[in-house]
Amino acid sequence: MPLTDRRARIERVAGSVPARVRWVLGGFGWADLVVAAGVLVVFYVAIRTGAGVNVRFNPSRPLNIDTDPARLPYYAARSLLRMFVALAASIVFTFVYGYAAARSRRLEKVLIPALDILQSVPILGFLTIAVTTLVRLFPHSLLGLELASVFAIFTSQAWNMTFSFYNSLISLPRELDELSRNLRLTRWMRFWKIEVPSATIGLVWNGMLSFGGGWFFLVASEAITVANHDYTLPGVGAFAGAAIAEGNLAGVGYAIVTMAILVVGVNFLFWRPLTAWAEKFKQEQSEAVDVPRSLVLDLLRRSHWSRLFAPAGHAAGELLDRAGRVFGTDTRPLTGSRARRRVGDVVFTLVVVGLIAWGLVGLLRFLTGTGQGLAVFVEPLLLGLATLARVVVVIVAATLVWVPIGVWIGTSPRLARIAQPVVQVLSSFPANFLFPLVTWVLVRTGLSLNIGGAFLMSLGAQWYILFNAIAGAQAIPTDLREATNDLGVRGWQRWRRLILPAIFPYYVTGAITASGGAWNASIVAEIVTFGATTLTASGLGSYIADATATGDYPRILAGIAVMSLYVVGLNRLFWSRLSTLAETRYSLT
Amino acid sequence: MTTIAATRAPGAALLATERLSKSYAGADGELPVLAGIDLTIRQGEIVALLGRSGSGKSTLLRCLAGLIPPSTGTVTYHGTELTGPNPGTAMVFQTFALLPWLTVQQNVELGLEARGIPPRQRTAAALQAIDLIGLDGFESAYPKELSGGMRQRVGFARALVVEPDVLLMDEPFSALDVLTAENLRGELVELWDSGQFPTQAIVLVTHSIEEAVLLADRILVLDSRPGTIRTELAVTLPRPRLRDTKDFEALVDAVYAVMTGRERGTTTPTAVPRRTLANTPLPPAGVDGLSGLAEILAQHPEQIDLGDLADELGLEVKHLLPLVDALELLGFATADARGVVLTDTGVEFAAADVQTSKQLFAAASDHVPLVRTIVTSLHRTQDGTLRAGFFRDLLAHDYTDEQIATQLGVATDWGRYAELYSYDTLSEEYQLDPAQRVTAP
Repeated sequence: MPLTDRRARIERVAGSVPARVRWVLGGFGWADLVVAAGVLVVFYVAIRTGAGVNVRFNPSRPLNIDTDPARLPYYAARSLLRMFVALAASIVFTFVYGYAAARSRRLEKVLIPALDILQSVPILGFLTIAVTTLVRLFPHSLLGLELASVFAIFTSQAWNMTFSFYNSLISLPRELDELSRNLRLTRWMRFWKIEVPSATIGLVWNGMLSFGGGWFFLVASEAITVANHDYTLPGVGAFAGAAIAEGNLAGVGYAIVTMAILVVGVNFLFWRPLTAWAEKFKQEQSEAVDVPRSLVLDLLRRSHWSRLFAPAGHAAGELLDRAGRVFGTDTRPLTGSRARRRVGDVVFTLVVVGLIAWGLVGLLRFLTGTGQGLAVFVEPLLLGLATLARVVVVIVAATLVWVPIGVWIGTSPRLARIAQPVVQVLSSFPANFLFPLVTWVLVRTGLSLNIGGAFLMSLGAQWYILFNAIAGAQAIPTDLREATNDLGVRGWQRWRRLILPAIFPYYVTGAITASGGAWNASIVAEIVTFGATTLTASGLGSYIADATATGDYPRILAGIAVMSLYVVGLNRLFWSRLSTLAETRYSLT
Repeated sequence: MTTIAATRAPGAALLATERLSKSYAGADGELPVLAGIDLTIRQGEIVALLGRSGSGKSTLLRCLAGLIPPSTGTVTYHGTELTGPNPGTAMVFQTFALLPWLTVQQNVELGLEARGIPPRQRTAAALQAIDLIGLDGFESAYPKELSGGMRQRVGFARALVVEPDVLLMDEPFSALDVLTAENLRGELVELWDSGQFPTQAIVLVTHSIEEAVLLADRILVLDSRPGTIRTELAVTLPRPRLRDTKDFEALVDAVYAVMTGRERGTTTPTAVPRRTLANTPLPPAGVDGLSGLAEILAQHPEQIDLGDLADELGLEVKHLLPLVDALELLGFATADARGVVLTDTGVEFAAADVQTSKQLFAAASDHVPLVRTIVTSLHRTQDGTLRAGFFRDLLAHDYTDEQIATQLGVATDWGRYAELYSYDTLSEEYQLDPAQRVTAP
């Protein structure tokens, strides 16, 4: 499907943030600090719950992953199941959280800043916390580990799907809101017939992109060491892990091929039909020329199955409508007491701030109890600089390499047609799968991971930049190209006056995603193992990974908090400015 | 108010407002949109709410529908005060408000579904409404496959199928092309007169004078800022009404005179109040548009009727109004009930080359409060620059955020053309033109 199309849609979902969100997210306010503290407290509570359950986890039989290639289809199925369970959970979470934030003025003030912070927390940080907590809650089965894995994938999908849903809810065209209330639709009808359909396109596209990113965390979560225990789940990632442990390069190769088949297959059989189907929810009242198409969807539509199931579908819809009447009618009372509202606001604020303060006190006590106090934050803050340097190197290098190539591909329609699907698969392919190969090279050449780590981080992150450079170059209007040709604008002047400004908004979108990806990857890229050799780079990522492996809870908490701080800080101080500049100055529309 | 005739035998009151006022929170206290509206909608009548943009007519319609609460005063339906959406109304929207993912029939059934009517009865009622409104054969089509006129028919069918007591129409024809709109209006009137119409009254919001005279039994002309009912005119012309009859034209002229506040016969305006930011909003007119109109007017040395001019250009009067207002504000033209004509400077402006026209425009802008305010404020600063926020705050006393954006947009356009000041979008700063800095005020 055309990249321009995809970018345009993401832009509509993410870029055109309604004024209300801007207000909620504008700069650092006291509310941000309160909410950030709240998120920290939730993590703390989660860790304490896990640590407090006084049962030792002894896997009765350590799970052996069989590196026989014949077992791969089974492992692949298990991995795929995890991905889809996580997707389902993300959708449910999206509906509940997004709806609550859009509907309740009070909850909105807490939920939306919280979502913004959750988005910046490294997903492998969630994994760490989830594993420590859940494994102890289900001591004698793999269920805890399964849940932790699903949770990690969930955290890679849920936040931006929720943002997208919330954005569509609050930017629902005014006349549709009025229509719903004027016809006195039930709340359920409003949700199911107006709000969900108008959010569908955004949800599908965001879901597809996050799903692509989710493979990375699937692989990371299937084989993980927490508190001196190695945990494995049956899956492709674990298969690769076992092959690496044996130093079995052929096994790694099989796993890579299986992974590639999974990524391409899910795209072809699931996401592409879904994006083509979602076209019917377009708000524009005219037929678009360039619509995503899907062979699979065409086949389904031509088959008789859909007609066979239609009556059942209608009956189910009717039943849902009737059941949904319990939620009442969509009205907004015309009268309301201001005084009562004020009192409600005050009580709400007091309760929220009180709970957070109570949690913070508990957290401080815990930290002083372990004998480290607030000093525990110093080391990760310093190590963060090292990781930051790697992230910067990754972005700069990827920019210098991929922007010219992307522009070259994007300006040639023939090349773009070939390159697009390839880049799409590359950007979804879990880069941590390739880590062992790179590690093998590093071990052979004796190169330090302090430098090689940046390369590992870039394995996944760089594609977003290439991807968007291509899309940006494709989107340069033909008349601008012809005009500059006509005027004889060539060489560096052409880059400076036409190409760079035109692709800038696309580049910023790509670079933001790449930067987030690089931070995430640092946790697995700064400590790598191949066979018996373990390489370590000093940085915040290896700090977190190490704290996780040894089960040092204060350090886990500090590491994750500091990394989130770095990411949020970078977003607010740097990326958000660039993206404002892109929107105001370099937008082609 | 020469045309008020004996009103028709009034039916029972359906909808009524009493001392209804509505204001929105601005940066500097409340901005009144509607003030002290008393009106009653009775059985068997079509009432048009006519006014320029900003007169609060759409707000009034939404108050009647129970979609927005009045700030003070009440809306009653059958004598009971509304506390939520009005159960006796259905609305037709300017933008159609169709759900693109539902078929025509599903869209029409929406309101019935909400009332819990079983599928079979629902389908029967929907098909009947679709038939009535002339949508036969389109039941299974999706809105995006339909033309604008067909889409608005779906809007009508969806509203009529729930058989509301009062049909509320918010500029239902203004998004359609001229011919389609005319056709739909005709069919609506025919249906209304045929007695098959399933509602007892219609309230129509419009800014087209002709439309109001064509359709309504009663025209309420709303004043702007804040909206009040300026005049009530009864229309007693028999239906179907023909545009080119004398009576029709006379009525249109009379309404126009009321709307512009220049009743026939009064030639010299008495004691024009001093222009301020508050009482002189800039009309949304670009420099190119008003220069173009000036050049066209230059070919008509005599006063020309706006309606005739609109016909000549193939436009509607409502499109010309902001441009005429702008020319008047700049002192390039005068307008009254008989029509519009260029002033001497206006003639000069129309004939001038680019540089001269810029100079004339700059001189004329001195009479425009917002432009003048920006220039004098910039003069008083050290470096001749000011943030747009400063002017936004100034305007916040009298305008909503949306209006402020329009006001500053027009002022920026005019000031740039007149070379009085420039504006940097990125830093949101106005900067005095270097040439202006030399000539201190």
